[in-house]
Amino acid sequence: MNIVVAIKQVPDIQQIRIRNREPVLEGVSYTIGKIDKNALEAGVQLKESSQSNVIVLSAGNEEIEETVKEALAIGADEACLVIDDKLNDLESEKIAGVLAAAVKKMDDVGILLFGEGSSDNYSGQVSSRVAELLGLPQVGYASSILLEGQTAKITRQLEDEEELLEVQLPVAVSILGDSNEPRIPSVTQILKAGRKPQEILGLGDLDIELSGEKTVMTLSALAPETDRKRIFLNSAGELVAALQANGFIGR
Amino acid sequence: MAAILIYSEKSSLALELLTAAGILAQGCSSEVKGLCLNNDEQAAEMASKGTATFHIKNENINPADTASVAAALEQAAEKLDASIVILASNRRGKELAGRLAQKLQAGCLTDVTGLAVVDGKVQCRRNALSGSVIATQQIESKRQVIALAPRSFEAAPAKEGGSIQDLEITAAASPLKVIAGRPKTGDTVDIGAAEILVIVGQGMEEEDLHWAESIAKSLGGEIACSKPVATDRKWFPEDRIVGLSGKICKPRLAIIMGVSGQVQFTVGIRDADTIMAVNKDENASILQMADYAMVADLKEVLPELAKSFG
Ligand SMILES: Cc1cc2nc3c(=O)[nH]c(=O)nc-3n(C[C@H](O)[C@H](O)[C@H](O)COP(=O)(O)OP(=O)(O)OC[C@H]3O[C@@H](n4cnc5c(N)ncnc54)[C@H](O)[C@@H]3O)c2cc1C
Repeated sequence: MNIVVAIKQVPDIQQIRIRNREPVLEGVSYTIGKIDKNALEAGVQLKESSQSNVIVLSAGNEEIEETVKEALAIGADEACLVIDDKLNDLESEKIAGVLAAAVKKMDDVGILLFGEGSSDNYSGQVSSRVAELLGLPQVGYASSILLEGQTAKITRQLEDEEELLEVQLPVAVSILGDSNEPRIPSVTQILKAGRKPQEILGLGDLDIELSGEKTVMTLSALAPETDRKRIFLNSAGELVAALQANGFIGR
Repeated sequence: MAAILIYSEKSSLALELLTAAGILAQGCSSEVKGLCLNNDEQAAEMASKGTATFHIKNENINPADTASVAAALEQAAEKLDASIVILASNRRGKELAGRLAQKLQAGCLTDVTGLAVVDGKVQCRRNALSGSVIATQQIESKRQVIALAPRSFEAAPAKEGGSIQDLEITAAASPLKVIAGRPKTGDTVDIGAAEILVIVGQGMEEEDLHWAESIAKSLGGEIACSKPVATDRKWFPEDRIVGLSGKICKPRLAIIMGVSGQVQFTVGIRDADTIMAVNKDENASILQMADYAMVADLKEVLPELAKSFG
C-alpha cells in the first residue's frame, strides 16, 4: 500500500522581514511547511507499523527538488514532484487540482496525508479540496492514526471534543500541528536521500487544465501598523509603577 | 439577487455569522438564509434573531463526516439559490469550507476576520504569511465560500420576522463511523473575552507558574499561553493558546512573559491596548512590540513582582 504525504514548500517565515509594511521575500530560503513535517512523521510511523511505502508529493517550481530531499531523508521512500513555474505560489483551488491529478496516476493509495494548514497561508483548504476531487472520505485535525488491515481508526481533535472515528481505506487525513515529534534525519539518511527514486512530472503529464483566471485576488497585504510606546523598564518596581500609572492597579 | 446562506454546527458561532451576513446582505442587496442540520433548538434560536431559517432533518447526515455535511450544504445552496455561503472558521467549519467550495466550484477564503462590500464586491480581511501581514482579498468567482474566524463579529441580537421551514435533501449513509466522542475537560475561561491576560511562554519554568497565576489573579485577569506551552508541555488546555492557531485576543492589558514573539503568536495579541513584555533576551522580537519592555530573567523578577502585588 502507498501512503502519500502532500507537502508544501514555504518561505521560512523566521527569515521574512518587514520593510515599509511590506514583507521582504528576497533571499528568504524555502523549507517544508512545519505542520507538513508532522504529516510526514505520521506517514513514516504508519509505514513502520504496516509495511507500506511512503510517497511524498509536492507541486511547485523547480526548487521543490531541493526541498523534498529533506522529506526523503526523514523517511519517505520516493517522491512524486509536479514541477512548473506556473505552479509557484498558486492558489489552493488550483494546487488541489494538480495534486489530485497526480494521485490519480498512482496505484494502491491507502492514505493521503496533509498538514492541517500550511505555514504561510494556513488556509487549510487543499486537503478538503483534494478529498472531494478524489471522492475520498476525510478526517481533519487528526492526532493519531491506527491501521488494522483496511480499517483506519483516527482520533480527531476539535476545539472542545476528541472524536474517535473508524473508516475504510482509502482516506484523506489532515494531521494536527505538534501532534508528534518529527524526527531529524541522520547524516547517512541525508546522504542516501539523493539516491531515492523521484518521479518528476510536468503539467502536460497530468490530466488537468489550469485556467489562468484567479479565483481569489489579493488587493493588499500589509503588515499592521504598530504604534507602541516601547518604554524600557529596569525593575519589578518600575513595572508595577507603570501598571499603576495606567490604572491597572489601584493608585 | 441570489441569497447568502449561513451555517455553523455551533449556535454561538452561527449568530456571529448572522451579523456578518447582514453586513453583506445590505451591501449586495440580497437576502440572508440560515441553515440548521437536525437541530431544533438552533433553528428556533436563529429564527428568534429574525432569520429565514431552513431546517434539514435527515439522520443520514453525519456531522463528523465533512463529505456528508458538504453534500447537504451543496444541495441547500442550490435549492435556496445561494451564491455566497458563510461558515465559521472553527475546525469543523474550516474543514468543511474547502470541501464545499470544491463541490460548488467556488472560490474560498478561511479565517476571515473582517468583511466589507466595495463596488458590489465582497472584500475579506485575513492574516496572511503566518500573520505577518493582513491581506485584503476578494473572491472573483460567482460562488463564494467564506469562513469567518470566531469572535470576529458580535452575535446577532433578537429580532422580529424570523421563520422556520423544513428543507428536504437527499443524503447517503456515511462511510465514517464515530466510535467515541469525548468532551475535552471543561475550561470555562474564554481568553478571547478577557480584559487582562498574563501570557506565559516557553521561557517560564513550571515551578514558577504559580507566580504568574497569582499575578493574573491579583490583576483580575486570566492566564493564557503560547502554543508549545499547551501542546508540548501540556500545562494548559489548548483553548488557552494565543495566536494564529489559538485565539485572537484584544485585552486592555497583556503581560507577556518568556515568549519570543514569533509572528504566529503576535498575531493573537497585537490588538491589545497595552502590552508589557518580559524576556531575558534583549533581542527578542516581543520586546519590539511592547509598550513596556523589560529585559530580565523571570526566575529573578517573578518573585519580586508577585510580592509587589501583595
Ligand atoms: C502554522 C503555525 C501556527 C502556529 N500557531 C501558533 C499560535 O497560535 N500560537 C503560538 O504561540 N505559536 C504558534 N505557532 C508556533 C510559533 O511559531 C512559535 O514556535 C511559538 O509561538 C514559540 O513559543 P514561545 O515564544 O513560548 O517559545 P520560544 O520561541 O522558545 O521562546 C521562549 C522565549 O523565552 C525567553 N526566555 C527563556 N528563558 C527565560 C527566562 N528565564 N526569563 C525570561 N525569558 C526567558 C527566551 O529568550 C525566548 O524568547 C505556530 C506555528 C505554525 C507553523
